[in-house]
Amino acid sequence: MPQFDFDIILKTLPYLLRDGMSFTLTLTALAALGGLVLGTLLALMRLSTVPGLATFATAYVNLMRSLPLVLVIFWFYFLVPYIGQVILRTERPVEVGAFASALITFTMFEAAYFSEIMRAGIQSIPKGQLSAGYALGLTYRQVMGYIVVPQALRNMLPVILTQTIVLFQDTSLVYVISITDFLGAASKVAQRDGRLIEMYLFAALVYFLISFMASLLVKRLQARTAIIR
Amino acid sequence: MKLVGIAALLLALPGLASAQELTGTLKKIKETGVITLGHRESSVPFSYIDNNAKVVGYAMEICGKIVDAVKTDLKMEKLDVRLLPVTSSTRIPLIANGTIDLECGSTTNNAERQKQVAYTNTHFLTASAFVSKKAKNLMKIEDLKGKTVVSTAGTTNMKQLVEANAAKNLGMTVLPAKDHAAAFLLVELDRADAFVMDDILLASLVASSKDPAAYQLSAEAFSLPEPYGIMLRKDDAPFKALADKTTSALYKSPEGAALFKKWFQSPIPPNGINLNVPMNAMLKKMLEKPTDSADPAAY
Amino acid sequence: MNYNWNWGIFWEMNPEGSGTYLTLLLMGLRWTLATAALAAIIALTFGAIVGVIRTLPARWAVLAGDAWVEFFRNIPLLVQLFLWYFVVPELLPKAAGLWLKTLPNSSFWTGAIGIGLFMSSRVAEQVKAGIRSLPRGQAMAGTALGLTTAQTYRYVILPMAFRIILPPLTSELLNTVKNTSVALTIGLMELTARTRAMQEYSFQVFEAFTAATLIYLALNASLTFLMRRLEKAVAVPGYVAGK
Repeated sequence: MPQFDFDIILKTLPYLLRDGMSFTLTLTALAALGGLVLGTLLALMRLSTVPGLATFATAYVNLMRSLPLVLVIFWFYFLVPYIGQVILRTERPVEVGAFASALITFTMFEAAYFSEIMRAGIQSIPKGQLSAGYALGLTYRQVMGYIVVPQALRNMLPVILTQTIVLFQDTSLVYVISITDFLGAASKVAQRDGRLIEMYLFAALVYFLISFMASLLVKRLQARTAIIR
Repeated sequence: MKLVGIAALLLALPGLASAQELTGTLKKIKETGVITLGHRESSVPFSYIDNNAKVVGYAMEICGKIVDAVKTDLKMEKLDVRLLPVTSSTRIPLIANGTIDLECGSTTNNAERQKQVAYTNTHFLTASAFVSKKAKNLMKIEDLKGKTVVSTAGTTNMKQLVEANAAKNLGMTVLPAKDHAAAFLLVELDRADAFVMDDILLASLVASSKDPAAYQLSAEAFSLPEPYGIMLRKDDAPFKALADKTTSALYKSPEGAALFKKWFQSPIPPNGINLNVPMNAMLKKMLEKPTDSADPAAY
Repeated sequence: MNYNWNWGIFWEMNPEGSGTYLTLLLMGLRWTLATAALAAIIALTFGAIVGVIRTLPARWAVLAGDAWVEFFRNIPLLVQLFLWYFVVPELLPKAAGLWLKTLPNSSFWTGAIGIGLFMSSRVAEQVKAGIRSLPRGQAMAGTALGLTTAQTYRYVILPMAFRIILPPLTSELLNTVKNTSVALTIGLMELTARTRAMQEYSFQVFEAFTAATLIYLALNASLTFLMRRLEKAVAVPGYVAGK
């Protein structure tokens, strides 16, 4: 049995929280928002009758859902500067920092998953509501923006939040490109000071507590929205 | 008139000062006001993280000099220096795609890599060896037959290891690790029998380990001493010229020798160990006659 | 884009002496498949047991099942793999830990078991949902026929439940395949890891990643196709999915 030293956690806690957890939480929140917006757009595209749009959205969603996140993280980390160069027509690859790169990656990746959720949400709205909207003289944007999407969002809120918890856990995979998220910070300390057991157990505990608490909240929310409906 | 203009331009060139003729990385730095340095996490004493989560090391100080030179050369009042951790596996694509401008660490300069990236003057020379626990009694490459051997993914050492494994039919199980600390850890935990890496990095990992007396470096090396260089983007002559000029001046000055003494012959953070690397003829020549040659025979 | 494309790289020799770079990737694919297969078996076995336990009348059984699911679901897979690979062997008695660590292909065993247990929590959720979706009358009919609880599950409930949850199980199977790539962090040389190795040896980043992307797409498509065939073959007559 090795010697335990749980003081290491207390000593490095400011670093773990300030450098690590703040990165993880910011990335989770922004990627969830971005992924939700992009995902909703993808869902609308998949349900639209404009030729090409649905095909494109379906292809995108299927592509992202077929690839392991680890591979997508590498792809984007190396490719995004070149994409920026092509889009912005600059003479050299655009410098994208580690955080921006991670944010773009997770937004684009999660959008595929959120789009499936939103598609189900949109399809759960009775057709009569759309007809009623159009009968009132509302445009497509107004019908979607004021009637369909808000209800779809509310109906799907528990599923969206559950997916966000999955996203929160998935952000730990930025470890593979050595970005200092919560797990990255913990593993850096673990390796530098040879305190693997303490740091990895602590990391597991923190992830567990946050995810578990959040999922309990989602369950309560689910119960409440279920009554409203 | 035109000729006079060109002549004036040519005269102004060595200074690299006027903004409209800037190209490549220097132009980018001038426009954005930012320079991004790629650093390592466990390349002691070149580039690593100390107790206060600060990036320190010999290569970091050299990069600091280059940053100062860039700032002076571009006449910038403020230059924002950003740091990004890189691994052996990500550093070359990240230089190429513009995410980092300089890679300050322990990157071997070889002809193959020069097709992808450029290097400034060599800042160290080291051979590829392996470390193992003394109790296992592994000294020569032959001793690794059938063993589990780890190396850091994306290093020249890894490539030499798998090539030797195939050429000498050693039947080793080769494990890739993300970084040097992670690789050494596998030896410490008995997950791997040996770790193949540049001897200077192995020596510092052993020195800073919990029980330095438990490990030994191999007697046999996988390669001749190979040069380390600070990496920068390929085909960026003005930036490289500036980096070369700066490092060359630094190495030849007493400051270069002092820098060497500070990181290789004095106590260094985080634990105050002294690596006691002797200044041999090769290193001496490297400082006296700076070169960016990838050829080990040039030193 | 100033990048030196070289699509011929796949037919060049890799430095490991195992053939071309394409061979290198295909060797990775084999490990991906092997890991996914073992992980899927573990996930299905434990997922089925835990899922069933959570529908039993005994309260302690439900609690134990819930605890299993919450534990494996609320810790990131990467952290779980680190726990199995780095922490568990150190907590065991020295000899047992050493045996575990020097086991041949230990990244494979650790990876497959770790991913299998992680996925088992998701399978358990599906199994529970499947059982819950059945009309209560079916279990009652079983009891009325004089079947024991075990027999009711074996002959009445599970054959129905598994056929109903086959579509969500398909997507969990695909997730299992994708999750094998996380095991590269503990040294498993599966497809994504080999892709990285190819990038490191040859510097042809985008060719390597493109090839891996195509292989994953093909793998995904074939598995989906096979599972759809299976779904059709076992569909319950009278249900929407049935004939």
